[in-house]
Amino acid sequence: MTDQPPRPGAVRVVLVDDHRMFRSGVRAELASAPESAIEIVGEAEDVDSAVRVIEAEQPDVVLLDVHLPGGGGRAVLAALVPRLPDVRFLALSVSDAPEDVISVIRGGARGYVTKSITGPELAGAVRRVADGDAVFSPRLAGFVLDAFAATTDVAAVDEDLDRLTQREREVLRLIARGYTYKEVGKALFISVKTVETHVSAVLRKLQLSNRYELSRWATDRRLV
Amino acid sequence: MRAPACACDDRRVSIPPGTAAAPPVTPRLVRVSRGRLLAGVARGLAEHLGVDVLLVRILFVVLSVAGGAGVLMYGGFWIFAPLQPDPATESAQPVGRDRDLGMLLALGSLALGGALLLSALGIGLNPDLAVPLAVVGVGVVILWRQADDTQRERWRTATATHRWSGAVRAGAGVALVVLGGGAILVGPVDLNGRSGGIVAALVVTLGLGLVSGPWWMRMVRDLNAERGARIREQERAEVAAHVHDSVLHTLTLIQRSVDDPREVARLARAQERELRSWLYRPRADPGATVTSEIERVAAEVEDAHGVAIEVVVVGDADLDEHLGALLHATREALVNAAKYAGQWPISVYTEVEPQQVTVFVRDRGPGFQVQSVPEDRLGLRQSVVGRMQRHGGRATVRSEPGAGTEVQLEMPRSSS
Repeated sequence: MTDQPPRPGAVRVVLVDDHRMFRSGVRAELASAPESAIEIVGEAEDVDSAVRVIEAEQPDVVLLDVHLPGGGGRAVLAALVPRLPDVRFLALSVSDAPEDVISVIRGGARGYVTKSITGPELAGAVRRVADGDAVFSPRLAGFVLDAFAATTDVAAVDEDLDRLTQREREVLRLIARGYTYKEVGKALFISVKTVETHVSAVLRKLQLSNRYELSRWATDRRLV
Repeated sequence: MRAPACACDDRRVSIPPGTAAAPPVTPRLVRVSRGRLLAGVARGLAEHLGVDVLLVRILFVVLSVAGGAGVLMYGGFWIFAPLQPDPATESAQPVGRDRDLGMLLALGSLALGGALLLSALGIGLNPDLAVPLAVVGVGVVILWRQADDTQRERWRTATATHRWSGAVRAGAGVALVVLGGGAILVGPVDLNGRSGGIVAALVVTLGLGLVSGPWWMRMVRDLNAERGARIREQERAEVAAHVHDSVLHTLTLIQRSVDDPREVARLARAQERELRSWLYRPRADPGATVTSEIERVAAEVEDAHGVAIEVVVVGDADLDEHLGALLHATREALVNAAKYAGQWPISVYTEVEPQQVTVFVRDRGPGFQVQSVPEDRLGLRQSVVGRMQRHGGRATVRSEPGAGTEVQLEMPRSSS
């Protein structure tokens, strides 16, 4: 796909989106960020081609659109997450509907950002996901706080997976307020690494918790 | 990326809200006309369940012979499972001796099963009754099968011979039913007894029902199909009207204001917001809640000042007087932030808790030294801090040069 020699240490990215215009936009944005060290090694425009390209390229990160012809980002995740544990997925969509967000995260994506994200922010998110961390947009943080609301029946939630710690809650609140990880760390007097640890823990809970409220919440929000 | 990214939406607008993420449809049981012996029930079932068609047929025969349940089941499936059009094989339907033989076999086992069913019910074994009933049965099967053929013919171009043989077959079916019914009336039934009139009426009614059954069924199905089509048409018209009223209109306005990037951004943002709420919140509640009002206020400020505001709300509550004041304060804080935010989006985060509602308004503007601003110059002081205090709430302003400004508004909830 590229004729340049692969840059050592660069994050290898496959871009999956059915809009060619959008793909070229992202490509330009990521390439222009000088310190980004991000290399787009492949593109795909539907579920089948995405599975093919990702299997062939084995990238570090896949930027995955939620709505795709052939079954959506969900289908790509279902096909590849169990087989390629080293490939990390970052969902990228114009939709911020709760069921879209929750379903790709539950499907195995390491983060969710909307397409209104700026180029440098996207580059940062890609690098963060490549490092194994999670990427939460303010809206996703809000969703999680809402879904794991403290007011639910305490008897029903006794597992660690089903509730957030006080610290995780604080971190999510700040992210929902539009703070960057760096600013969150500064406000809570903790390191960025610790912030990332908290967010990854929340992501794990979000993916593994079989808490009934989570799915009910996502459906309920549609009706609001 | 912001501008081009917002311009291309990855969701197909033709999908009406609510079905946007349609779940995979459960395959419906249909009868298959290709390679069928009688009505295609066995083949349809076999394809639906993923088993061999021979197995299903044997099962039907066994069930028919052992008590006659197979006949009832077959009849039920025949009536309720619709016939599926199969355009690939419609044009070349092989009509051979083998198939006729198979059909005869199927008919024979059905008749045998029917007789056994009647004997199980304690009616049969009287040859005077059984023979006419068998005649009626064959007539009904021919009629209903003919009805299926008529339906299939509507999917292909009917040839004259087909229509002719169809009429012959339908006539034969009617004749058989009438003959059988007549035989029952003339033969074993004592028409002169007290219940004779009722039995005669019953036999005639049943005969009429059996003869006209296929056409009734078809009429019901056609009605349903037509209603479905009308609903789809209405939905399509609604989507078209929406696209026309909002999206096309905005695109026209954008083309007219190409020289004013600020206006273009504002129009695009307003349209995006409107489309989003249409797509993702189809059943918006007209009642005013904290969520809906915060979003409305943010939308108004976006429109008036051409900034982007990211709204995140956790929880929800009905509005009261104090929360109304909180909304006013939020608007002031947003307007203030919009003046300094520059190109960066403003973040609004609202959390509704049982005891209080907290709103954070954050911009990424230049920021300032909170202490160094004179009392009278700070627009926030009066409109935001004062208003919050009058309603028993609290407002805090945090700012740092170079790191933006954040206004925190807290309002206790009235015990309700």
